[in-house]
Amino acid sequence: MADYEIPETREFPIIPTIMEGAMAHSSPFVADEEFQTALGFPYPTGKEKGELIDGWKQKFLDLLQDKLTKYRSVQVFMDICVKCGACTDKCHYFIGTGDPKNMPVARQDLLRKVYRRYFTFAGKYFPKLVGAIDLTEDVIREMYSYYHQCSECRRCAVFCPFGIDTAEVTMAARDLLAHIGLGQKYDNQIIAKVHSIGNNLGLPGPALADTLEGLEEEVEEDINVKVRYPLDEKGAEILLVAPSADFFVEPHVDGLIGYGKVFHAAGVTWTLSSVASEAANFGLFIGDYANMRKISLRVRDAAKELGVKRIIFGECGHAWRVAYNHLNTLAGPWDFLDPNYPVPQHILEFTKDCLDRGILNIDKSENDHMTLTFHDSCNIARASRIGEFPGSQFVTPREVIKAVCNNYHDMVEETIFDQTFCCGGGGGLLTDDLMEIRIKGAQPRLEALKNVSKDYGVTHMAAICAICKSQFTKILPYYGMTMDQIVSVHQLVSNAIILEGQGEESEDSDDTEAA
Amino acid sequence: MNALSILYVILFYVAIIVLVAGVTNKLLQYKRVPAPLRIPVTPAPITKTGVIYRFFTEIVFFNSLFRSTKWTWIFAWMFHLSLLLAFFRHLRYVISPDSFIWPLVNNEVIQSFGHYAGFTMFIGLCGLFGRRIFVDRVRYISSPSDYLMLLLILGIAFSGLMMSYVAHTDIIELKEFILGLFYFSWHNLPGDAVLLTHLTLVLFLMMIFPISKLLHAPGLFMAPTRYQVDNPREVRYLSEWGAELEADGRNK
Ligand code: SF4
Ligand code: SF4
Ligand code: SF4
Repeated sequence: MADYEIPETREFPIIPTIMEGAMAHSSPFVADEEFQTALGFPYPTGKEKGELIDGWKQKFLDLLQDKLTKYRSVQVFMDICVKCGACTDKCHYFIGTGDPKNMPVARQDLLRKVYRRYFTFAGKYFPKLVGAIDLTEDVIREMYSYYHQCSECRRCAVFCPFGIDTAEVTMAARDLLAHIGLGQKYDNQIIAKVHSIGNNLGLPGPALADTLEGLEEEVEEDINVKVRYPLDEKGAEILLVAPSADFFVEPHVDGLIGYGKVFHAAGVTWTLSSVASEAANFGLFIGDYANMRKISLRVRDAAKELGVKRIIFGECGHAWRVAYNHLNTLAGPWDFLDPNYPVPQHILEFTKDCLDRGILNIDKSENDHMTLTFHDSCNIARASRIGEFPGSQFVTPREVIKAVCNNYHDMVEETIFDQTFCCGGGGGLLTDDLMEIRIKGAQPRLEALKNVSKDYGVTHMAAICAICKSQFTKILPYYGMTMDQIVSVHQLVSNAIILEGQGEESEDSDDTEAA
Repeated sequence: MNALSILYVILFYVAIIVLVAGVTNKLLQYKRVPAPLRIPVTPAPITKTGVIYRFFTEIVFFNSLFRSTKWTWIFAWMFHLSLLLAFFRHLRYVISPDSFIWPLVNNEVIQSFGHYAGFTMFIGLCGLFGRRIFVDRVRYISSPSDYLMLLLILGIAFSGLMMSYVAHTDIIELKEFILGLFYFSWHNLPGDAVLLTHLTLVLFLMMIFPISKLLHAPGLFMAPTRYQVDNPREVRYLSEWGAELEADGRNK
């Protein structure tokens, strides 16, 4: 574990006093030529990586103009902020670092100051008065730094009296930066891998088939039931799109095992796809419609090719945000699927329905060694639903957890539901070159977790987001906890579910009969 | 008519035109720009009626601000409510007594509430100003214009209070002047300094409305995070430029 200054966790949260420049040194690696071109972004040919393309200034302003005419959110949000300060203490990155540029409004201002200078009357003629500034390379570098200290979690938008969503500004800014040569390495690499191979991890079809076979054997050894984890099976009823981390990262894979068991118990046919072997869609993070669409269309292609009737998404926060809100827009219309089900569905909607219908055989005591709490992933909490009614995204996961566990306790009210704190690693920041901001940004969430552990004996935190799970496994040790304290919700389901024939050992039962 | 009055007649017309044309222009601009992706901040209403209710709680109670910070909420709410009351009280100066709404405006309740609104407005503004100075985070994000805006409105409130309590102006003459503006038969404006200050500041406020953060008032309704209905699985939304991308045939 490298050395970082770990923020304190306290009994009650304290708003830090501002410390200018505290995180000014944090910047992610810039994308190589290969991964700029793969996404359709320019590269400063003949220059060092990280330099700006020729004519970057005009290009940036032209593209900003373009954003203002294509995205109502960006245009409106640039204009209507009154600097009331309501959002200033709401960002986990500000709370964890005290850097004032991590206050949501200050983050927006990095772009707004330029917008004002070049696109508004007041900024053109009275720049000092309204805090408008010229676009210089320093300004660009600052944007690159601080727009990669935002996980696009939307917590600020909940509290802004006008619903100004900093995530929208961050996405727009990142897209502008990518178009003048400053793409982010981690995000771009991953998107390029999805375009060329089909998933974030770069796992080709045959390797995927091997992995799933191994999983089937493992499960059979464990419970003595043949649960299938099919790949590319034409004619299956359901296409499951899971984040690729579910294929072999802990604790994600235990979730995937859980999905399979639920499908098995429900008696439906399902399949994974090697074409759409990734639920994640990092196109969202970099604010690029075309890339986001291209990734989404893989799901359409897979669904058509396999002839499925329904699409279900696995546990992943931003993936569900994109799927829930944008799949219809980007890859629809879905008129060739079964109209009796929403497109797409969340795996928790499926499992909840099975539980309600009483078709799952559950032994809650299998989870008795744990006391659970639940981390509302921000992309699910503040940008989607899991169920029929507003707010069902909070209720459904908790009901499923409580249906399979005896011990459950929520974290403090100000840190759950739509006020939930991000894990600190979302929005395309889940990379080692941003470790410091990831650790510091996790402080508010882990403070709440520590307190609920102390007061109510919570031992484990369940999550439904691949990024949250990866982030927590990595970060928990820095805060004196252990990486296995984070679990998948379907891992809990998997523990508690008893499948038909489970545990029966055929020879033994023969003996009994004979006797 | 004296020169001063002519000047103010012109200023009034200019201010009204700038305000109305400027805000309309901005709103049309917002309307023109598409919202290509669904981005309501959830939990969000799943019906249009729900959206109306959402705005109702925001506009009447400042719901999100209330959840965020109680101090800012108290001062901001106090200020805006006072503004509304003062607005109603001022209708007395622009509505002719023959009009059928006159009794709605010229009654005890509106007039006395409006009377005291000047004070609560002043307190609210001072609170907001204090917060801007004393809270380090808010100070950090403030530009000179943010302070000046508060001072401008404080000036309006203060000069208004002066006229109510210290240096009364000739109301009859003022009202003739205002009504004259509506009927294009112009009259002289009382020339006392407090009234002129009050009017000048208000006219200035009207003129900067469309080019300043005062746009938050109409802009509030144009934030996709708040006005969008949460039903993307049921309804397919597609912007014009989004649809153009589908020329590649991949959505077939
Ligand atoms: S809460 Fe909204 S209006 Fe207030 S400062 Fe933040 S972004 Fe601006
Ligand atoms: S979206 Fe989240 S990370 Fe970004 S500024 Fe807002 S609160 Fe901070
Ligand atoms: S990783 Fe999880 S907590 Fe973090 S932004 Fe994504 S959904 Fe939110």
